[in-house]
Amino acid sequence: MASYLIIVPLAGTLAAFLLPWDRLRPWLVAAVAATHLVLAAMTIASGDAGLDSEWLRFDALGRLVLLIISTLFCICALYCIGYLRLRAERPNRVFCTALLFFLGMTSLVALAQHLTILWVAMEATTLATAVLLYFNQNRRSLEATWKYLMIGSVGIALALLGTLFLAYGARLGIGEPTLLFPDLVRRGAQLPAPWVRTAFVFLLVGYGTKMGLAPLHTWKPDAYGEAPGVVGALLAGGMTTCAFLALLRVYGIAAAAGQGVFARGLLVVFGLLSMATAAAFMVGQRDFKRLLAYSSVEHMGILVLGIGIGGAGIFAALLHTVNNALTKGVLFLAAGNIHRAFKSKRLEDVTGALRRLPVSAGLFLAGFFAITGSPPFGPFVSELSVLTAAMDHRRYIVAALYLILLAVIFIGMGSTVLAVVQGVPPEDPEGRTFRESPFKTLPIIASLALVVMMGVWIPEWISTLLHDAARLLGGS
Amino acid sequence: MPPIADSILILLLLTNFFILGTANLRSAIHGVALQGLLLGVLPLFVESHPTLRLVALVVATAAIKGVLIPTLLMKALRDVHIRHEVEPYLGFIATLFLCAIGTALALLFADRLPLSAIDRTGLFVPASLATLFSGFLGLTTRRKAISQVTGYLVLENGIYVFGLLLYQSMVVEVGVLLDLFVGIFVMGIVLNHIQREFSSLDTERLSRLRE
Repeated sequence: MASYLIIVPLAGTLAAFLLPWDRLRPWLVAAVAATHLVLAAMTIASGDAGLDSEWLRFDALGRLVLLIISTLFCICALYCIGYLRLRAERPNRVFCTALLFFLGMTSLVALAQHLTILWVAMEATTLATAVLLYFNQNRRSLEATWKYLMIGSVGIALALLGTLFLAYGARLGIGEPTLLFPDLVRRGAQLPAPWVRTAFVFLLVGYGTKMGLAPLHTWKPDAYGEAPGVVGALLAGGMTTCAFLALLRVYGIAAAAGQGVFARGLLVVFGLLSMATAAAFMVGQRDFKRLLAYSSVEHMGILVLGIGIGGAGIFAALLHTVNNALTKGVLFLAAGNIHRAFKSKRLEDVTGALRRLPVSAGLFLAGFFAITGSPPFGPFVSELSVLTAAMDHRRYIVAALYLILLAVIFIGMGSTVLAVVQGVPPEDPEGRTFRESPFKTLPIIASLALVVMMGVWIPEWISTLLHDAARLLGGS
Repeated sequence: MPPIADSILILLLLTNFFILGTANLRSAIHGVALQGLLLGVLPLFVESHPTLRLVALVVATAAIKGVLIPTLLMKALRDVHIRHEVEPYLGFIATLFLCAIGTALALLFADRLPLSAIDRTGLFVPASLATLFSGFLGLTTRRKAISQVTGYLVLENGIYVFGLLLYQSMVVEVGVLLDLFVGIFVMGIVLNHIQREFSSLDTERLSRLRE
C-alpha cells in the first residue's frame, strides 16, 4: 500500500500535465491530495512498514512527516481550487504538475531509508518548488526564484558531499560504504569520528540551507514574499519539514557514532542564532509576507534548538514540527487572501483587513496568536515543552535567551499583524473584486481547528507516533 | 592509485585556474566542458575491470557533464546576445591567488583526514576539495548569471571526484547526474526569463528584494 503514496502523486503529475482543461486541473490536484491523505492514514493505522525493500521503508519518523505533509497538502489543494479560479487568467498546467510532483517527492523523502535516495528526493523537491515560486512570472518572482535556485542548489550540493563523507567513513570503519540509516545507526560506534564530524557539518549546512536556518536563510524572505500564499504554506510547512527530517536522520547517525554532544552543541548555536536573526528582522517589518518568512526562520530555529537540548527536547521538537506546519498553513493562506484583496503586502497599503475580510483577517490574527505560543493553540504546548526541557537539562542561559527572543518576536510580529488587521481599510477604487468564498476560507478554518486540537487534546495515536519517533532519536 | 589518474586530477586543478582566470565567458564554458570530459574518463583509471556499469558511467558522465550541459550553456550564451566578458566583483589576480591558497589548504586538510592507505597516496581528496573551493569562488565572485552557473558546475565536479573514491557503492550515480542535468535545465529556463525581463544577465539587476 505504501508504494501508492508515491505512485498516486506521480500518476497525478502526468495526468495534470496531459489534461487539456485549465478549469479541471485544480480538481484533479484536490482529488489526488484527498486520495493521498486517505492512503497515508491507512498506512499509519495499519502500521504498514512500506515497500519490501531496505531502501524504502516507513519508521515512526517517516510516518510522522508523511502525516504532516499529507494533511497540509490536502488543505492547500482545497484552497488552490478557489485560488486558481481567481487567477483564471494564468495557465495553471505547469503549476499543478509541479504541485503534484512536489507531493510525490516529499512522500519519497518520508519513505527513504537511504541517504542518497533522500538526497535525490530533496533535490527534486527543490526543483519543483522553484517552478512553483515562479507562478507570478514577474521581475520580482524571477529574482526570488533565481536566488532560491542558486542558494538551494549550493546547499544541496554540500549535503551531497556530506553524504559522500559519511559513506567514506562507513567504508573505513565498517568495511563497506553503506548509506542505510538503520545500518549506520546500529554500527555507529565503528564510524571514525573525524569523518562523522566533517560529514555532520556539511550535512547541517546543506539541509540547514533548505530549512532556512540563519545565516543560511537569505533566500527565504524573497521566496516567501514573492510566492503565492499557498506555495509559501507548502514551503514553510512541507519542504522545511522534509529538510528537518533529513537533518534528524543525520543527527541520529552522529549520535550513534558518539558525536551527540558535538552535534547538539552546533544545533543549539544554529537554533538560537536563527531565533535572534528572525527577531531582528521581524521588529518593524513593513511587509507582512516577509514577516511570515522570518517567522519560519524562527521556528526552524526552535526545532533544531529542541533537538540540541536533547532528552525531552526531542519530543518537544517533533511535536512542534506538527504544530508549526499546521499553523504556517493558517498564516500563509490567510495572508494570501489579504494580499489578493488589497493587491499589496506592504503596511502602507494594507490596514483594516478585519473590516474588509472578516474571516481571513480573523484567521490571520488567530494564526499570529497560535504561532507566538499563546494558549489554547498547539504551539503553546510545544514551545513550553522546549522551555521545560531546557530547564530540566539545567541549560538556564539557553532557556533565558529562548524566552527573551520569544518575547521580542511576539511584540515585533504583533505590531505588524495588528497594523494589518486593525483600522479603516483604504478606499478601493476598483470596487470589491475579491470575495471570501468557502474554498478560500474553509481549508484555513480546518487547519486552525487542527491547531486548536493539538493544543487542547492530542489524540492517542499521534502521541504514540511522536513518542516512537522521539525514541528513534534517543529522546523520550 | 595509478599515476594516470593523478595526472588527470592535476589537469583538473589546472582547469580550475583556467576557468577562474579567463575573461571570456565562452572560454569558461569550454573549461567546464573539458572538466566534464576529464571526469568522464577518470573512472577508467580507478576501476580496472571493464564492467557494463563502468562503461555506462563513463558514457553518461562524459555526455552530460562534457557535452550536454556545456552545449546548453553555449546556446544560452548565443540566445541572449550579451557581451562575452566575465565581469567579476573581485579582480582576476585576486581570485587566482585565493584559488591557489584554497588548493594549498585542501592539500593540508586532506592530509589530516583519516584515509585508507590507497587513497592517501592519490590526489583524489585534495583535488576534490580544491575544485569544490574554486567552484565556490566562481559562484560568489562573478556577476553574470551564466558565470554563477559555471561556478556551480565546477563545485559539483569537485563533489563528483570525491564520489569516485566510493565507486563500488555509487549506486545512484545516474540519479545524481539526472538531478544535475534537470537542475541546469531549470536554471537555463530561468536565465532565459531573466534575459527577457531585464535585457541583461547581470545579477546586479536582481536587487529589488531587500530589507
